[in-house]
Amino acid sequence: MQGLDELVAQATSDIESADDLPALDAVRVAWLGKKGVLTERLKALGSLPPAERPAAGQAINGAKRTIQERWEARRRALEQAELEAKLAADSVDVTLPGRGLGAGGRHPVTRAMARIERIFRDAGFGVRTGPDIEDDYHNFTALNIPENHPARALHDTFYLPGGMLLRTHTSPVQIRSMLQEGVPIRIIAPGRVYRCDSDQTHTPMFHQVEGLVVDRDISMANLKAVLHQFVESFFERDAKLRFRASYFPFTEPSAEVDVMWEDGRWLEILGCGMVHPNVLANAGVDPEEFTGYAFGMGVERLAMLRYGVRDLRTFFENDLRFLQQFR
Amino acid sequence: MKFPLSWLREWVDPGLPAEALAERLTMAGLEVKAIEVEGEALSGVVVGEVLSVERHPNADRLHLCRVSDGENEIQVVCGAPNLTVGMKSPLALPGVRLPNGVKLRRSRIRGVESNGMLCSARELGLGEDAGGIVRLPDDAPTGADLAGWLGLPDTVLDIDLTPNRGDCFSVLGIARDVAALTGAALKSVEVTPVAPMTDDVHPVTVADPNVCPRFAGRVVRDIDPNAVTPLWMSERLRRSGLRPIHPVVDVTNYVMLELGQPLHAYDLDRVAGPIRPRFASAGEKLTLLDGREAAPGTDTIVIGDDSGPIGLAGIMGGESTAVTPGTRNVFFEAAFWPPALMAGRARALGLHTDASLRFERGVDPGGQARAIERATGLLVAIAGGRPGPLVDLVAEDTLPRRADIRLRRSRLARVLGTDLDPGEVSGCLERLGLGVERDGDGWRVTVPSHRFDLEIEDDLVEEVARVHGYDRLPEITETGRYPVPPLSEQRPDPRRIADALIARDYQEVVTWSFIDPATDRRFTGRDPELVLENPISAEMSVMRGSLWPGLLRAAAANLARQQERVRLFEIGKSYHGNAAGPIEIVRLAAVAVGPLWPEQWGADTRSADFFDIKADLEALFAFAGATGVAFEATGHPVLQPGQAAEVRRGGERVGTIGKLHPAVARELDIAGDVLLFEVDLEAAFSAEVPRARPVSRFPAIRRDIAVVVPEEVPAAQVVEVASAAAPDIIRRAFIFDVYRGPGIEAGRKSVALGLILQETSRTLTDAEADSARAAAVERLEQQLAATVRE
Repeated sequence: MQGLDELVAQATSDIESADDLPALDAVRVAWLGKKGVLTERLKALGSLPPAERPAAGQAINGAKRTIQERWEARRRALEQAELEAKLAADSVDVTLPGRGLGAGGRHPVTRAMARIERIFRDAGFGVRTGPDIEDDYHNFTALNIPENHPARALHDTFYLPGGMLLRTHTSPVQIRSMLQEGVPIRIIAPGRVYRCDSDQTHTPMFHQVEGLVVDRDISMANLKAVLHQFVESFFERDAKLRFRASYFPFTEPSAEVDVMWEDGRWLEILGCGMVHPNVLANAGVDPEEFTGYAFGMGVERLAMLRYGVRDLRTFFENDLRFLQQFR
Repeated sequence: MKFPLSWLREWVDPGLPAEALAERLTMAGLEVKAIEVEGEALSGVVVGEVLSVERHPNADRLHLCRVSDGENEIQVVCGAPNLTVGMKSPLALPGVRLPNGVKLRRSRIRGVESNGMLCSARELGLGEDAGGIVRLPDDAPTGADLAGWLGLPDTVLDIDLTPNRGDCFSVLGIARDVAALTGAALKSVEVTPVAPMTDDVHPVTVADPNVCPRFAGRVVRDIDPNAVTPLWMSERLRRSGLRPIHPVVDVTNYVMLELGQPLHAYDLDRVAGPIRPRFASAGEKLTLLDGREAAPGTDTIVIGDDSGPIGLAGIMGGESTAVTPGTRNVFFEAAFWPPALMAGRARALGLHTDASLRFERGVDPGGQARAIERATGLLVAIAGGRPGPLVDLVAEDTLPRRADIRLRRSRLARVLGTDLDPGEVSGCLERLGLGVERDGDGWRVTVPSHRFDLEIEDDLVEEVARVHGYDRLPEITETGRYPVPPLSEQRPDPRRIADALIARDYQEVVTWSFIDPATDRRFTGRDPELVLENPISAEMSVMRGSLWPGLLRAAAANLARQQERVRLFEIGKSYHGNAAGPIEIVRLAAVAVGPLWPEQWGADTRSADFFDIKADLEALFAFAGATGVAFEATGHPVLQPGQAAEVRRGGERVGTIGKLHPAVARELDIAGDVLLFEVDLEAAFSAEVPRARPVSRFPAIRRDIAVVVPEEVPAAQVVEVASAAAPDIIRRAFIFDVYRGPGIEAGRKSVALGLILQETSRTLTDAEADSARAAAVERLEQQLAATVRE
């Protein structure tokens, strides 16, 4: 009969040479199973004299534990190896593109418009809208552009029957908002506007954002401050602005605002001024009690500068190759 | 307004270089849009004097002349027809490069040596005339540098005037602002009156002074018909963008540019009887100076004589009384026409003249007599003649009047945001030529007649700010408290919706609000009522009733540019109603053409179909939290029958979805299936503010039902009927299969429903779940003629 140490050594050798889980299981059955070598040894204890039995039993059980531990270790190692092999077979080329839809994109004009809106909202301005199809009163007369005013000729208005027209600017929203909400008021009004003009630098439809602030002591100094802040926020850089005198029937004093561009040129970006007393009066506001400023900016113009678009008309050609640059 | 700086400097010289002056003007509201230097390339051209002229020995049309350049006699071959002995003309010598790029060399012309060239106006870049050499005045100093003698090079400023600054349509007007802005002294505006040499007047009858508040006129008889416009004048006209025509006309143009008052000159011998300014009568016509016919409306003022209309007041004179090369007797007119009666009249006749531009913006109502005196003085100096007395018909009470304006220091400070030094304020106003008096804590300002744009206190605020400099005003952020209105959580945010659609691979576009009427009719099934009276083109002549045509055009254009998959959307208005009651609705519309997914590895390509675009729309509803949406089969003018649905919410139609009719797709040059939807943004996506409910802690039970229903029963109805059987415990009912084919009789379909059943307060028993299912089955059988497949 072999010594236990020999048996342990033999069992260990069997365990180590089992290459997979079924082979390892066979080793377990052969050594530790119901009819396994060690089980048989335990059964044979009865044939020993009673005094030897405890020590012999202890020795056999010790050997069995050792074999069991070695067997467990081997099993864990084989399982781990199997999992690793399985995962290795399951690896992917992570550089292949993801599946499914792509992503669309925003139109650069609405993108710029959203940006303008966001900036003014953050500055505490409300957003208002008005109709595209306007009446003569709100588009002109109430804005201090009476009939036969030379400024009307500059507006190239589209007319509908019965004296209705397509608004030539977003300024009518000034009147509508003041009449509806009263003052103090602090709003912007984005939207489509129309001029009967079509060439390289004019499209018959374009977008404006109007601004209006009326309160008891609003001054041109306030106007200068808000526009300076806006321009620096929109272009994300320090900006040099110049306010030069101009003329709009609905503001007095009036100004055009130029921004110093990267190439050292002054570029006109918007028009503004102090709300004309007649406009306030037409909107039911006492021009002695209240003063206000208004501004109007062309969204396409700002989008062109911001995104380096050279030709205004490309905004309306809706060429995907152009649009997809502004996602 | 275009003029040479040399002319301006005669009126006011601030000692600034052109660029600095232009900058100052631009900042003050007189925007200089161009600065051009004239006559830069004339060095080396001198005043030549023709000493002798002989025939060229070898050419009939050429002459051989000897020309003095002041020091030497030079032999020149010349072909000009106006060559005469003794004339002075520009002489270019070898080595000179002319403005047209030609470099002069000694040459032999038909065997004879030519050592210089006598030049035409065009060759020198001084005009269009190439028909002969320039005839310089006899007093031009032989041998002098031509450019220097002509005052060249000269800088020409072109100023874009705003509509309110009609007073700046003249060198004088600009000079006044320059004086105010720079502090330089303005030359006196006084014009020396010309004493009459006869008492000859021509009758002028102003029947209605409201039509013609002021009419100044003067007869000048016996002018020299051979007189020519002096070079200094024609040069100034030319540099100001006007073509010299005739000494009399040139004088009127010169005075207009100088003083801002348009004048007209009649050939007095061709005027029949008294001159009468009046409105045109119906049907009247006349031939204008430029040969065009004009049929003025009855709201347009004409000048009439006994023969009928002989001119359009303030716009253009008539041909019948025009000054011609033979004219000896002249009648000058300088009138004030009310701007309100001039506005738009020239435009209505397709005309736009220097005179109409000025009269529409307004001229100085006090400047007519001065303009006549100036014109008379110039004409007599150029062409002699005997002037009669100046006649100035004026109805003072019909002329625009300017009341004094009070400017409060407090108002000035309030509007500008800074309290300017009162001394500076007075100075600004005075330099502008206004009458200024201190008046308590402010000023009383008298406005001269030429500043007819100044009406109210804030106009003076602007004047002060302009002269002070907008750039010198401070920047101060306002600190007001503005109302914060309730922020609606029910109204959809278009940008969120747009972003959701962008995330589903749609590209936003912006298309025109106007389209062509036929397409609009095609898509709406109605005649367009919002029709533009003056469209850019017929293609853009009606307000769109649907966003689809614009999207489809954009899609077609992109497909034509080799895009195989196009998914576009737009958020914009559609227009309804009529001009008397227009209705504008903000809509969201989308179009999808081509494969559902971009071509890629590991996924089969298939065309997008109705249910793909419906899923996109349903995703938006879910995203917006908009519930209660139903789709109902419908017919539509441009959608394929059987693949068109109305989108409904709360009993209202809020949109349309479907597949474009293949015939329409073909018309639009789109191959393949086109899926579309269009919804009213607010009606479709408005949502209730969510109210939180407790989530059930008890398990849910699922029961399935498969029913066979007639083909025409919409699937949505099956879901609806089943759900209604036990609304308290059926949490969700959904379709997991629709089957037609073997085992199902023709005309019927099998719909498989899953029911998710759950109680909020306890665990549902199997028996309760079974009875809910049974109730659903019973309703389906009763209401939809369904049979259950077990």
